[in-house]
Amino acid sequence: MNQTSNTGGMRARGAALARHPLFLPLLALVALLLLNRAFNPHFFQIVNQDGHWFGSLIDILNRASPLALVALGMTPVIATRGVDVSVGAVVAISAATAAVLIGGQMHIVNGVETYASNVPMSVAILAALGVGLLCGLWNGTLVAWVGMQPIIATLILMVAGRGIAQLLTAGQIVTIYYQPYFYLGAGYLFGLPFAVYLVAAVLGLLWWLMKHTALGLFITAIGINPVASGFAGIKARTITLCVYAFCGLSAGLAGLLISSNVKSADGNNAGLLMELDAILAVTLGGTSLGGGHFSLIGTLIGALIIQTLTYTTYSIGVPPEANLVVKAIVVFVVCVTQSDVVKKLVIRERMTLEGGR
Amino acid sequence: MNANTPLPAAPALPILHMRGIDKRFPGVHALKNVEFRLFPGEVHTLMGQNGAGKSTLIKVLTGVHPADAGEITLAGQQVHLTAPEAAEAAGIRTVYQEVNLCPNLSVAENIYIGRFPKRAGRIDWATLNRAAADLLAGLALHIDVTRPLNTYPIAVQQMVAIARALSVDARILILDEPTSSLDEDEVQKLFTVLRQLKARGMAILFVTHFLEQTYGISDRITVLRNGELEGEYRVDELPRLTLIHKMVGRQIDLESLNQPQANAATAGETFLNARDAGHSGGVQGLDLEIRAGEVLGLGGLLGSGRTETARLLFGVDGCDSGQLAVGGKQAHFKSPHDAIQHGIGYCPEDRKTEGIIADLSVRENIILALQAKRGLFRYLPKKRQYAIADEYIKQLGIKTPDADRPIGLLSGGNQQKALLARWMATDPKMLILDEPTRGIDVAAKLEIMDQVLALTRKGLAILFISSEMGEVVRVSHRIAVLRDRRKVGELPAGSVDEQAVFQLIAGGEQ
Repeated sequence: MNQTSNTGGMRARGAALARHPLFLPLLALVALLLLNRAFNPHFFQIVNQDGHWFGSLIDILNRASPLALVALGMTPVIATRGVDVSVGAVVAISAATAAVLIGGQMHIVNGVETYASNVPMSVAILAALGVGLLCGLWNGTLVAWVGMQPIIATLILMVAGRGIAQLLTAGQIVTIYYQPYFYLGAGYLFGLPFAVYLVAAVLGLLWWLMKHTALGLFITAIGINPVASGFAGIKARTITLCVYAFCGLSAGLAGLLISSNVKSADGNNAGLLMELDAILAVTLGGTSLGGGHFSLIGTLIGALIIQTLTYTTYSIGVPPEANLVVKAIVVFVVCVTQSDVVKKLVIRERMTLEGGR
Repeated sequence: MNANTPLPAAPALPILHMRGIDKRFPGVHALKNVEFRLFPGEVHTLMGQNGAGKSTLIKVLTGVHPADAGEITLAGQQVHLTAPEAAEAAGIRTVYQEVNLCPNLSVAENIYIGRFPKRAGRIDWATLNRAAADLLAGLALHIDVTRPLNTYPIAVQQMVAIARALSVDARILILDEPTSSLDEDEVQKLFTVLRQLKARGMAILFVTHFLEQTYGISDRITVLRNGELEGEYRVDELPRLTLIHKMVGRQIDLESLNQPQANAATAGETFLNARDAGHSGGVQGLDLEIRAGEVLGLGGLLGSGRTETARLLFGVDGCDSGQLAVGGKQAHFKSPHDAIQHGIGYCPEDRKTEGIIADLSVRENIILALQAKRGLFRYLPKKRQYAIADEYIKQLGIKTPDADRPIGLLSGGNQQKALLARWMATDPKMLILDEPTRGIDVAAKLEIMDQVLALTRKGLAILFISSEMGEVVRVSHRIAVLRDRRKVGELPAGSVDEQAVFQLIAGGEQ
């Protein structure tokens, strides 16, 4: 008697867990990780070398950082029913700005390597972030004040942005020779890649804003019903502007990471198609493109799924030319399982099963 | 009377017979063993309070929510209405309260969508437009059917929705509060059409909250209460008072319905003063004074500028000529946010698109305006939010399992109460109520008006807008009358009746 009620309670708890919006994204991530483990017994191994942690998992975290930053910035935008397809171009602009300003040379003075940058590194970093913020403000102004449809408004910068980046670099791939700058994308802090801390900081900031200010409520309200939100006194335009500005800023930060990591800026290829991966990460995390409720953690999981997937295709030896197909199939499966139609089918199936018992 | 007693004898066999209908939703037993009959050639009105089960019964009948138990026979044949398509195929056509057509398609396309006449594999536009025009002419509506639907007022759109329902062979026509956006004249036109259809043997199921209309068109009335069948009556056997008692399930004080509030006038200082105020394309040259502790009614027909006035005073449409002053000081409202900061709240006419935020919980909807007033950073702690929400849920009697339920799942009356709570939570000095009782049953209507009047006694100023002139006259201390987006006069209430208002609207002398 007792036992049955216990298992019943557990089943109910299990069902509640399965209904949690993060359940499916997490399941997909875990499944991918286990798949890797099946091919590579050392997959979960993390070793400490000279105070730095190394391992596949650390690698995935590190490599997912730029995408995670862009996707975290994209999440509030999508929650307001918008989208920003210019983030890839903003990444390129920011990378180009930083690369051109830093440039850098190495001198050997008295047998010691010293590095000199064109302008102080802090100035270059602030300038790159400032450019990202400006891009975001531009997008936000077009959407919130001019009233353009988000996809069209941001398409302008998506197209023009690559041109701007190439203008900045005079059509060349600018190489950076300035050792301290490489710390951003390749350095370690307390044994973990520095980039991971940046993602944690941005996530932490957003998390704090959503928990301790009304921002999350207002963004969700605007996404669900912009007109009624305005009637309730929410300054929808200002918030929309801020949301796009933040998205630009986080894309700028991702641009810094990428340029630091590859020690150069390529106006044509930096952040190429990143907007699509970012949108994908947000949707994989359970945030609807229709706006409204959103999940920051879900987005992070989405970004990790995408990076793990890339890692998996390389590590299990999928031929590079088939990479995108594999990616598409996984995305398809995850999205289909999240669709309302499939959810309903599953529930119905479960009910008939239980009814038949 | 309950569901087990036999129903009164009827002349012929019913075309529709629903028996033992049972429907549960999570947390709600919406319909309990309900029986409903509909005969050819009659108009049968379904009445009941909000949450009585009217909408659910209609949804069962239209296949939107198949019943959990019970059987439905159509002309003696048992049918299984498991999807809207099944109901349509069975000849059951529905016109919903909210017009759900495609606003950017032409009128003709809307009527025949999915069934375009074709010739040589291509759409035969000439036939399509002619057929649509003929159909609408039958409803005494002569409009250009090639223009997009959204270029016409809601009332016309409603007629188009009815025309669409009639454009296929329908045996049963369900009208779910089709008149809530129609004015008196249009209602009469609709009724003329309904009588014609009735004469042709159509069975019409009518849902409305308007008693006048119920008695104006119905042959029989079925009353639901708390998901159960209260009874089925011939309209001439059921006096109005009895009907209300049956809907509410108790004796209600109808005196409060009829008592003019004017003698309670304790009007204080002027709160809001509009002088020659206007918005291009909206109201013009508006002089209006709203005092603390007073209900100012806005009289006027549909399109006379009532809602435009509300939008102007609430900062939705900026005031681009003349002046607004709040508490004697000049005020510029660039957005509703500014108006809210000055202590003004607005319950809009269109609850669904301008009021509720459907996917947010009741709690979030209630605290939203207060939070917006406090700003982004002074976030109300969750505990306070629940305290506020629970307080108003109790005070206004909002029917919801808990404060976390998405507001979109509540019935219309309860949504309206939650919106009222949203503004009450901001501790307003003035409330604009635009059709606050539309689509709401008698009891909820009384409750809402009671709350509002209690607030005025505490010094709240109210601008009251309703297309039910009787209601305006009854509730207001003063009435400002609008015509063609201008104020044409002002009347002290209490001493006037509806006739005086109509005279002023019509342009006659008082």
